[in-house]
Amino acid sequence: MQAQALKRTPLYPLYAQHGAKVIDFGGWELPVQFSSIIEEHHTVRTKAGLFDVSHMGEVMIEGPDASAFVQSLITNDVTTLQTNQALYAAMCYPDGGTVDDLLVYKQGEQKFLLVINASNIDKDVDWIVSHAKGEVTVENVSEATAQLAIQGPLAEQVLQRLTATDLSQIRYFWFQQDVDVAGIKALVSRTGYTGEDGFELYVSAADAPSLWEKILAEGKADGVLPCGLGARDTLRFEARLPLYGQELGADITPLEAGIGFAVKLQKEQDFIGKEALQKQKAAGVPRKLVGVELIGRGIPRTGYPVFAQEAGEQDEPIGYITSGTQSPTLKKNLGLALIRAEYAAVDTPLAVEIRGKRVEAVTVKSPFYKR
Amino acid sequence: MSKVVKGWLYSREHEWVEVLSETRVRVGITDFAQNQLGDLVFVELPQVGAEVVANQSMGSVESVKAVSDLFSPVSGKVVEVNSELEDSPEVINSDAYSGGWMIVVEISNPDELSELLSAEQYADFALEG
Repeated sequence: MQAQALKRTPLYPLYAQHGAKVIDFGGWELPVQFSSIIEEHHTVRTKAGLFDVSHMGEVMIEGPDASAFVQSLITNDVTTLQTNQALYAAMCYPDGGTVDDLLVYKQGEQKFLLVINASNIDKDVDWIVSHAKGEVTVENVSEATAQLAIQGPLAEQVLQRLTATDLSQIRYFWFQQDVDVAGIKALVSRTGYTGEDGFELYVSAADAPSLWEKILAEGKADGVLPCGLGARDTLRFEARLPLYGQELGADITPLEAGIGFAVKLQKEQDFIGKEALQKQKAAGVPRKLVGVELIGRGIPRTGYPVFAQEAGEQDEPIGYITSGTQSPTLKKNLGLALIRAEYAAVDTPLAVEIRGKRVEAVTVKSPFYKR
Repeated sequence: MSKVVKGWLYSREHEWVEVLSETRVRVGITDFAQNQLGDLVFVELPQVGAEVVANQSMGSVESVKAVSDLFSPVSGKVVEVNSELEDSPEVINSDAYSGGWMIVVEISNPDELSELLSAEQYADFALEG
C-alpha cells in the first residue's frame, strides 16, 4: 500500500514564516509549536493565542427532517437549540461506545453544521450518511471550510478591533453567521478547546491565510502568538476536555469519559446507543475518568497502566492513563486515567507504572484548571 | 544553526562526549537534540555507581509532549551525575554543552571512542538527518 501524501490546511504556506515546527499529526502536516509549547500555553492563559484548526471536519445537514435526523444521531438534545446556538455532543454506536465527539451548530430550522474531529472525518461522514433518514441532505464541507481559533482573556478585545459586530453580544456556545471580520465573511462562535474565553471562526478555505495574518498583525500589540497542537493539547488537558482516541473511543462510552452532561437520556426521541447507555447508567458506570497527580518522580503518559497502591507485582492494573503531561500552568505531573469506578473517589492512593517502575500517585479533582 | 563544540566527540544519537582524561568522559545531549525535543520538563539519569553500556538506554528525557530514550555513547561506570537537572531540566535547552551536562563516566573500553563522530562529521550528520 502506498503511503498517502500528508494533508495540509490552507495555512500551510504561512507556517514557515512564523517559525512553525511541523509534524505528522494523524496524516496531516501541522505545527506542533511556533515558539515553544510552554510559552504558547502561558500566552493563551494570560493573553491570547491563535490556532489553525482547519483540519477539523465540517458536515452540513439540511432539510425538513434535519432536526429529527440530528436528534437521532447525537446524545444531546438538539431541540433545546435556538438558531445561532451550539451544543456539544457525542455520536454513539449501538453498544454505547463513542463514534466521535462534536459540536452541533443550529444555523436554521432546517440547517445544522456538525464540527467533527479531523481523525474521524471519513468514518463520521460514512456513519452519518448510512443512517440518514427522511428528507435530508448531508454534505461534507470539510475541505472548503477553514477554522481559526483565537483563545485567551484578550481574545475578544483583539477580535473586536477587526469587526463592527458587537462580540460582547455573543454568549458562550452561541454564534453569529456572516460576520465581517477584517473584510472576510465568517461564522464566529464563542467556543473553544482551551478552557479560556475565546472564539472559533469558520471561513472559506481561500480566506483563511488572509484572516490569519490580519489577526496576528492586529494582536501583536497585545502579545498574541500563533500556537500549535502541543499547546492545544496541554491547554485542553488541564481543562479536562476529552480527546477522541484517548479519553473517548469505540470502547469508551461518554458516561465513562465524564461527559454525561452531554448525554440526555431523558430526551424523548431515540438515539443510537440510548438503550445501552441507559443500561450502563442503571447498572452503575463500570469505569470512570479521573484526575491523577504523581507523588513520586515521573510524568504519566497515555497508555501507562494504573494500579491500586496496595497492588502486588502479580495484580492486574485497575485502568490506564488516557492523557498525561507536566502541566505548564499548575507545574505538576498530572494525568487523566480511565479506572474501575470503585477506585474513582478523590484521594484514592494509586500507582502508575512508568517504564516498568511503579510510582506513587493519587486521584485528584478535575478539571485541574478553571478560568 | 545548531551549535557544535569543536574537539569533542559525538554519537549518532545526538549525544556529545567531552574527553576529560584517558579514562573519563563527560556526556550530554547536543544543541540539535534539545532543539528537536523542545522544552524539557523531566530527566531520568542513571545513579552514581551504575554501569552503562554503549548504545543502550541509560535513562530518558521528557519534553511536554513526549518521552525520549537517552542512549549511552560509551560503556563504563557512572562516577558523577548532574543533580541540578532533576529540578531544572530546562538548563539542557539553554545550555546543552555546559550547564546541561548529564553524567561523567569512567570508561571501560577506550576503543569505543573511535566509533564516535568528530564535530565536523556530526555537524554534517545532524544537517542531513
